[in-house]
Amino acid sequence: MGLHFIEEAGRFMTCERMAKGDSLLHEADPRVKVIIAILLSMEVVFLNSLLPLLVALASAVVMLAFTGIERGLLLRRILLINIFVALLWAVIPWSTPGRTVISIGPLNATSSGLLKCLFITLKCNTIVMFNISLLSTSSIFALSHALDHLKVPSVLVQLFFFSWRYLHVLEEEYTRITRAALLRGFKPGTNILTYRTYANVLGTLFVRGYDRGQRVYWAMACRGFDGTFWLLSHFKLKATDFFLISWSALLSASLLFLDWSSK
Amino acid sequence: MTLIGLNDISFGYPNCGEVFSHLDFKVNKGERIALLGGNGAGKTTLFYVILGLVRPHSGTIELFGKRCSEDVDFTGPRKRIGLLFQDPDDQLFSPSVIEDVSFGPLNLGMKRKEALDISMYWLDRLGIGHLEKRVPYELSGGEKRLVALASVLSMAPEVLLLDEPMAGLEKGAVDRFLSVLDQGEFKTVVVITHMPELLHGLASRTIVMESGRISEQTPC
Repeated sequence: MGLHFIEEAGRFMTCERMAKGDSLLHEADPRVKVIIAILLSMEVVFLNSLLPLLVALASAVVMLAFTGIERGLLLRRILLINIFVALLWAVIPWSTPGRTVISIGPLNATSSGLLKCLFITLKCNTIVMFNISLLSTSSIFALSHALDHLKVPSVLVQLFFFSWRYLHVLEEEYTRITRAALLRGFKPGTNILTYRTYANVLGTLFVRGYDRGQRVYWAMACRGFDGTFWLLSHFKLKATDFFLISWSALLSASLLFLDWSSK
Repeated sequence: MTLIGLNDISFGYPNCGEVFSHLDFKVNKGERIALLGGNGAGKTTLFYVILGLVRPHSGTIELFGKRCSEDVDFTGPRKRIGLLFQDPDDQLFSPSVIEDVSFGPLNLGMKRKEALDISMYWLDRLGIGHLEKRVPYELSGGEKRLVALASVLSMAPEVLLLDEPMAGLEKGAVDRFLSVLDQGEFKTVVVITHMPELLHGLASRTIVMESGRISEQTPC
C-alpha cells in the first residue's frame, strides 16, 4: 500500500497530464502565462485583508474551472499541498500570542494565530490554483522555451528543465525497483527488513538515477542540444492572450483596490 | 576515407578494471559493420568513446579527419554521427513523439516546417506515423525503440551507430528497419547486435569483441 501510494504520487508529480487540453488557458501563449503567474502570485502574497484574498481565491477557482482539467487530478494536487498547510494549523494557532479563543487542556489557540493560519491557507491555495491553471496547462518543454524567450538566464532554464527531466528519471527508476521488490514478495511493515530494504532501494535509486541522468544528457548532446529549447509550434500572441492579459490586469487592479480600501 | 579512427585506446570505469586496452578501431566511409560480442565485452562503451561521452585514459580519437580530445571538439561530429542508445528511455523526453523526433533536426538549424516534414517522413517510413501525437513514455518498448530510431534517422547523420536496434521489435518492424538500411540512405553504419543473421547481406564487415579486444574481423 505504502509503496503503491508513493509510486502513484511520483507519477502524479512528474507527468504532464494537465498540459493536455484545448481550453483557452491551454492555448494561451506560455510567455504570457508565466508573467501573469509570477505577478498574480506576488500580489497575493502581499495582500493584507480577507476580502481581496477571498476574491483572489474565487478568481483562481474560476480560472481552474476554465481549464477543464479532470477534477480528481486537481483535488489530489491541491490536497497534497494542503497536507503541508495542515501542519501549520497544528502549530501556529497554539504558539502565537493573543486572545485565547479555543482551549484544549494546556493548549490555547489565539485569534491572531487562527487568522494568520487562515491567511496562509487562503494565500497558499490561491497561488497554487493560479499556478496550476496558468503553468500546468503548458508542457515543461514549452515553459522552458518561454523562459528562454523571457531572457531568463540559460543556466536557470536548463536547471529547471533538467530538474523535471531527472525527477522523471528518478520516478521511473523508483517504479522499477519497487515493482521488482513487490514481485519478490516484499511487504512493507515496521520491521528491520523493511528499513533495510528501503535503505537499499534509496541507495540503488540514487546510483541508478545518476547513471540514467547522465545517459539522458548524453542522448540530448548527441542530438545537437546546446542549451536552446526549440519548439515545433512557435509562440505568437493571439486574441486569447490579449483577453487573458486584460482579465488579469483587471483582477490585479481590483485586488489592489480592495486591499487598499479594506485598510 | 576513414571517418572514425580510434588509435591505441585504453579505458576503464572506476573500480571496474579496464574495458579497453590499446584498442584500435576504424570505420571507413561506406562501411557497414556488424559489431558482435558477449555481454560486458565493451561494445556500448566503444560507441560512448567514439562520441566523447566517456574519455579514454590514453590513445587518440579522430573523427572526420580531425583529432578530438576536448568536449568542444566532439560537438560538431555529434551532429554528423547518429547514436541510437541501447535503452530508448534514455533518448526520449519531449511531450509528444513528433516533438521528440524533430528535436534533432531543430537543433541542426532546420526550419520548423522542414523539421516537421522530415520527422513525419521517418515516422511513416518506420510504420509509426500514427504515434505522432502520443506521449513517448506511454509507448510500448518496441514503439519507443522505433521512435528513438526515427529521432536519430531524422538528423540524416553521415554515420549511424546503432546499439541493438532490433531488440524487442516485432518482425514487421525489423523488416522496415532493415529495408531502411538496405536502401542505402545511410551508407556508413555500425550495428551492435545479437542477431547477426538478420544483417546477412547488409554488413560488409563483422567484428567480434571480447573482453575489450577485437578478437575477430570477417569481411562478409
